[in-house]
Amino acid sequence: MNLQEFQAKRIFGQYGIPVPQGEVATTPAEAAAIAARIGGPVVVKSQVLVGGRGKAGGIKLAQTPAEAEAVAARILGMTIKGLTVKKVLVDPAADIRKELYLGFVLDRARRRVALMASSEGGVDIEEVAAHTPEKILTVAVDPCLGLKEYQARGLGLGIGLPKEQWGAFAKICQGLYDCYMSCDASLAEINPLALLGDGTLRALDGKMAIDDSALFRHPELAAMRDEDDETPEERTARLNGLSYVKLDGQIGCMVNGAGLAMATMDIIKFYGGAPANFLDVGGGAKADKVAAALRIILSDPNVKAVLFNIFGGITRGDEVARGILTALKEVPTQVPMVVRLVGTNYEEGRAILAEAQMATAETLAEAAQMAVAAAKGA
Amino acid sequence: MSILVNKDTRLLVQGITGREGAFHTEQMIAYGTPVVAGVTPGKGGGWFKPSGVGNTPIFDSVHEAVNATGANVSIIYVPAKFAPDAILEAADAGLPLIVCITEGIPALDMLKVRAYLDTTSSRLIGPNCPGLITPGEAKVGIMPGHIHTRGRVGLVSRSGTLTYEVVYALTLRGIGQSTAVGIGGDPINGTSFVDVLKLFEKDPETEQVVMIGEIGGTDEEKAAEFIGAQMIKPVTAFIAGQTAPPGKRMGHAGAIISGGKGTAADKIAALQAARVRVARHPGEIAELVAALM
Repeated sequence: MNLQEFQAKRIFGQYGIPVPQGEVATTPAEAAAIAARIGGPVVVKSQVLVGGRGKAGGIKLAQTPAEAEAVAARILGMTIKGLTVKKVLVDPAADIRKELYLGFVLDRARRRVALMASSEGGVDIEEVAAHTPEKILTVAVDPCLGLKEYQARGLGLGIGLPKEQWGAFAKICQGLYDCYMSCDASLAEINPLALLGDGTLRALDGKMAIDDSALFRHPELAAMRDEDDETPEERTARLNGLSYVKLDGQIGCMVNGAGLAMATMDIIKFYGGAPANFLDVGGGAKADKVAAALRIILSDPNVKAVLFNIFGGITRGDEVARGILTALKEVPTQVPMVVRLVGTNYEEGRAILAEAQMATAETLAEAAQMAVAAAKGA
Repeated sequence: MSILVNKDTRLLVQGITGREGAFHTEQMIAYGTPVVAGVTPGKGGGWFKPSGVGNTPIFDSVHEAVNATGANVSIIYVPAKFAPDAILEAADAGLPLIVCITEGIPALDMLKVRAYLDTTSSRLIGPNCPGLITPGEAKVGIMPGHIHTRGRVGLVSRSGTLTYEVVYALTLRGIGQSTAVGIGGDPINGTSFVDVLKLFEKDPETEQVVMIGEIGGTDEEKAAEFIGAQMIKPVTAFIAGQTAPPGKRMGHAGAIISGGKGTAADKIAALQAARVRVARHPGEIAELVAALM
């Protein structure tokens, strides 16, 4: 789960990281009032969970409250990469001397939490990684020892920070590490970490992603989920315990197991079709879950055919077949369906489906070809 | 021969009285796996008695169970909240092999668990995995036993049902398996592709290996490096997620292309450079394997 900038910075502040004292507005008038309270120039920042907000015109400076109101009026309601801006953060404008990058991530290969720092802040760190990887310094943190001061100091030195700032920099690194670990984050990033005209450091932007598996022990973070950042389909999927990712193709897929679901998408592509989604219906494939999944798939107007691929391991094929038929009664549709059932009790399952005039396939390759043909109206 | 589990396996089940644990224990016993003990704290002294398939003593702690029964492998079915503790308890009791089926363990918990395990001699398979099976000898996991046949192809995979798909296709062609190992779909796990490939390379019963990877991480790239440098036995691979968009988690916590890394194309290129035959779709895996028989 990704947090909005204002949420991330609020949390960073709780860990002693210096952040701008801004506030969130949902109307232009509120933005003007916040700007008046701050006094002096402000920056009005759209709060949507996508990168490239600045380039899209979603971040603007304003010199006066009146200007802040006008700018907020333009930004609120604008669409950035498909998401409508419903909130803006109004922060005091900063006198930036230098922009740095600081971020914690999980380094899978080393099996450590890694701290990355760069003198090239303020731009997309993936761009820096692609073009000037030598400008990103990384230290791995031992989970038993935690981040040590020499590591943070070494990074400060490495990115060319004047020695007067090493102490403050190390404190920010430590705060961000504590924040990362305490919140079960998978990403905690400050970009830019600005060196200001007065020689102090401030986290001007913040990004955090929380490990979904750990949300059970962070109800306060789970409550920060912004439903505006989910499509209704993603929301339904999440509430029904389904993994769903919408894609651009025409063939809806319902599969049990994440690896098999990806492989099913791949084989559709191999035979000249395009998957409309990734959907892992999980174990059991009970009728209510299948129905919820089918509703989500069919809510996509691009879907011209649906492919079910269920490997009934412990799950019984006849149960799955009944689940599909029950689901179809609840969600009637003209979209052609192809079902491929294998594993335990698959003969019974196929018989049940055949009786209901459903197209069944023996192998995955055959099922994929049938679905591709059906989607093309053959 | 085979790897990791066989007829000498003496299996202990942590979380044997839970819904999942009880169901799958019954399945494992029915397959013929020697299940010697169960552990559920607070239910020690009782018996696990599924209908007509044996009678397994239940203990309060893994230590007790190991001392009383000589268990040498543990399988864990406890919920994600308690699973890290269960893994550590099994390692503390000195079990050489621990298999964790549980899905949804927080990554930072696994980070600490793995760091601790590295200081012990225990090997962890998983978490978030289907387990492993040596057909005809021991099923230590949740895979459907009946699709497997005894043979000489070793399988290692990050996924569950996709592995069943491949095993089933092999079995239908009359190609048996030595051992099939599911290493799990989480970003931090106990055993990597390379760890299992090493074991297959040494196992006299295994003649060739199938490796099923997916997008995310760099485990497949490391495997490619190992295969190229140190393996003689032929390897056939498939990478799931060739059509997956970057930045989206595809079900498994570990299946995500992030920062431009972990794409299927990178992994396939690395494997091909190591002379691994990479199937274009899952249906092709069994064909490529059969061509080598």
